Amino acid sequence: MSEIFDKLQMYLSMPFVRYAIIVGVLIALCSSLLGVTLVLKRFSFVGDGLSHVAFGAMCVAQVVGLSKNMFIIMPVTIIAAILLLRVGQNTKVKGDAAIAMVSVAALAFGYLIVNLFANSANVSGDVCSSLFGSYSILTLKPEEVWTCVILSVLVVLFFILFYNRIFAITFDEGFSRAVGVKAGLHNLIIAIVIAVIIVLAMNLVGSLLISALIVFPALSAMRLFNSFKTVTIVSAIFSVVCAVTGLFAAILLGTPVGATIVAVDVILFAICFVIGIFKGGFKIAKAS
Amino acid sequence: MSLITVNNLTLGYNSTPILTDLNFSVEEGDYLCIVGENGSGKSTLMRTLLHLQKPLGGTIVFGDGLKQNEIGYLPQQTSIQKDFPASVYEIVLSGCQSRLGWRLFYNRSDKELARRNMERMNVLSLAKRSFRELSGGQQQRVLLARALCSTQKVLLLDEPISGLDPKVTAEMYELISTLNEEGITIIVISHDIGAALTYSKHILHLGKETFFGTKKGYLSSPLGKLFVSQSKEDK
Repeated sequence: MSEIFDKLQMYLSMPFVRYAIIVGVLIALCSSLLGVTLVLKRFSFVGDGLSHVAFGAMCVAQVVGLSKNMFIIMPVTIIAAILLLRVGQNTKVKGDAAIAMVSVAALAFGYLIVNLFANSANVSGDVCSSLFGSYSILTLKPEEVWTCVILSVLVVLFFILFYNRIFAITFDEGFSRAVGVKAGLHNLIIAIVIAVIIVLAMNLVGSLLISALIVFPALSAMRLFNSFKTVTIVSAIFSVVCAVTGLFAAILLGTPVGATIVAVDVILFAICFVIGIFKGGFKIAKAS
Repeated sequence: MSLITVNNLTLGYNSTPILTDLNFSVEEGDYLCIVGENGSGKSTLMRTLLHLQKPLGGTIVFGDGLKQNEIGYLPQQTSIQKDFPASVYEIVLSGCQSRLGWRLFYNRSDKELARRNMERMNVLSLAKRSFRELSGGQQQRVLLARALCSTQKVLLLDEPISGLDPKVTAEMYELISTLNEEGITIIVISHDIGAALTYSKHILHLGKETFFGTKKGYLSSPLGKLFVSQSKEDK
């Protein structure tokens, strides 16, 4: 046991491990906050779709050779987020079809472009690392950490300040509109915030696994708790705990970071699911 | 001046009109029941009254100092709400969102208003319970308490009794008419013509022919007679 602690202590003394933990905790926190809203509004797949768009944008940025590829990825993802959440409400293309179309198209074109104009020797390695997160979280530079800290603080602040409105619009958008709340504006801001979170989370778990960070903590908390406030707080706690546990496990076992974190999230969900059945009887399990 | 006056209103989607030249008015303290077959434009009318949708023509005028955000609304329940983790108190309090203005958080008077309305709808004892675990009738009373937080004057109810059993339906109608006696103007959409005729003061019938007038007038009109007898056969 003490051997493990010694090993952890050694790792914790290295700045890049500390950076990884800071960024991991912040991303987990942000994604779980918005996750509750997305799951409840039946937008779970928006995260997935957007992360593929972000992957496509990143491929383009790589090929063009931009050193700060955040400047391409962020705007593209934000625009996609706005379009997807808007389309979800208008009816020509149904929400789920639109998400499927955009995400697969972005994935395909991203990979195509990287292959055609590759300037690195190891294309499949690069692609694999941006899809599954690889070890890029352990190679963060201080300025990337600061960007992440600032954006995360903004996201958390937004969520706290607009908590009451977010709840009202999530629960019943029609009612909110009827009593004169500008629900469209709020949806727009929520879309932008989601895009920001997804671009941040690409560093941590890679673009294929982002949905897990958004969906699992919220679903786990919803098994056990009944008020919106508790569900939100608990899902944030779950998410952070899973991220830290996953990071340490990945470091100690030498497994891929993103996949390990997601695996911990899945295990926690399974535990919550079982507890939920025992706690509420089969009634809740059936109702949901 | 009437509370709500509707002049030559044309309703529809994407410039295809469903209803044309609709005229009616709602007085303070009125109890108006809107009836008609499916697809006759009842819900479209309600959405237009709530400014969720623009009319294709004509006007809706609010009188007596009624503001848009002073209309209380009991919508039909959505599928999202069936497994939504939210406590009764959280939901009722969200009825105060129109009072927030530029404020970010609810203040003491908002919370007091939510508490009073929960008491009024007899759901105060459920305050900490989860909405998704309540019975249909309890859920409707919670949503009614929420609607009351956003209005002192007018309530619009969209099929308030759909999915409720007969006993709970009767209780719901009693509750609504108590609110009406307390001075709140009621506008209700309903399939249930029997109840409409028991409780309402005015009837608006939408369809190929429209009728607007008092309950008595409706019962003696050919349209009213036909619709009432048809509804009885359906049952």
